[in-house]
Amino acid sequence: MSLPLETVMMVVVGAGPAGLCAALEAEEAGVSVVVVDENDRGGGQLFKQIHRFFGSRHHGAGRRGFQIAEDMAEGCRRVGVEIRLSSTVLGFFPGGELMVDGPGGVYLMVPKAAVVATGATERSLAFPGWTLPGVMGAGAAQTLVNVHGVLPGRRVLMAGAGNVGLIVTYQLLQAGAEVVGIVDMADRVGGYEVHADRVRREGVPIFMRHRLLAAEGVQGVEAVLVESMDQGGKIRRFRADSLCLALGLTPMVELAAMRGCRMVFQGELGGFVPWHDEEMRTDQPGVYVAGDAAGVEEASVAMEEGRMAGISAAEDLGALGAGQVKRKRAAVRHRLDGLRGGPYGEGKLEAKRCIYCR
Amino acid sequence: MDLRVGRHPLLGDMNRGRWVTIYVDGRPIPALEGEPIAAALYASGIRTTRLSARTREPRGPFCMIGRCTECAMIVDGVSSVRTCRTPVRDGMRVDTPIGAAS
Repeated sequence: MSLPLETVMMVVVGAGPAGLCAALEAEEAGVSVVVVDENDRGGGQLFKQIHRFFGSRHHGAGRRGFQIAEDMAEGCRRVGVEIRLSSTVLGFFPGGELMVDGPGGVYLMVPKAAVVATGATERSLAFPGWTLPGVMGAGAAQTLVNVHGVLPGRRVLMAGAGNVGLIVTYQLLQAGAEVVGIVDMADRVGGYEVHADRVRREGVPIFMRHRLLAAEGVQGVEAVLVESMDQGGKIRRFRADSLCLALGLTPMVELAAMRGCRMVFQGELGGFVPWHDEEMRTDQPGVYVAGDAAGVEEASVAMEEGRMAGISAAEDLGALGAGQVKRKRAAVRHRLDGLRGGPYGEGKLEAKRCIYCR
Repeated sequence: MDLRVGRHPLLGDMNRGRWVTIYVDGRPIPALEGEPIAAALYASGIRTTRLSARTREPRGPFCMIGRCTECAMIVDGVSSVRTCRTPVRDGMRVDTPIGAAS
């Protein structure tokens, strides 16, 4: 069987914040870029974020996530980036070809440069009853409620008090669900205090040092058992028809691994990531990585890593002069340092440094 | 049980699109054209999308973005269709797979 074959200058896999920023940087430098994404809309997981982002104006602060996504996709199209939606990359072969399953069928793409910006996927946890309908990822609940206008349940228990757990809790309340509690094994709330305060003000109790024991029910979740990790180990039974798991994310690295990129493990960044340098080059020539696929951080970091990958690809393709590269890179580095400056970012920065030097 | 949000304080009316009918194991349920099949099922209180091949226990949508395949059903006779990523069309027939594919 021979498949149609298309030669392109640069491919970006993933139309999320990292991928779109990589595409924009490279296209502006004169590289012809095609972005491929399996979803039917661009923006990656920003499309389900309805809260206002904070941070700097450069990263869309004050705008809601889905608006930032629309702005970025529009910005890309304006400079000539081609965004192919509903197109799944099935493989990225060691020879450098990508196999794409698009609306018109399956074909091969041969790029001179490829940016892997495939994002991350939600972590799960196995416990008795975790397979019951009604147990789902917090991101799944967020997609259901914010994008499709359907509640995951009437009474929801949230597992995980990080930013995702806190934000999704608030968004479930906004949409009319009751959240009976947030449970987390850690000693302290992992997400920003501002998000925790907001759900507390709405009357949602947060149970720290509590672990999931079981989800109960016949056709779906009817109750969730949670145990205190303190002495005595008191067990609470929450009546709930939905249990959302906000247990963190893990990078989606299958394509990079398949391509032959050297993989390194960095727990702080969510697991295995393709080795990369500070300029987002992997160990494979012409293959770059950016965003959550290079280690789970925030959307604003993903944007900057995307820009960095786009600059490096443009440089390696000869589209940018040394002076321009130096200036652009310094600006990105400055913003990245700012983003990783806080207590949350410090650990990430250290983990990134561990990778750069390996 | 209707789990539709309807009017959202930030996003306005979320029941966008045209109301159509799909048939789940032969039973008609209302759905909005273009929404994922899994969302329409959930809205009508149908949370089971398949039965485990081994234990026959119910399984339901888990990731809603096409990763986990827990929501794969038989759609218009085609098996293993991810219903969280497949938009509703009027008159669609959606069947619950029971156990292993034969």
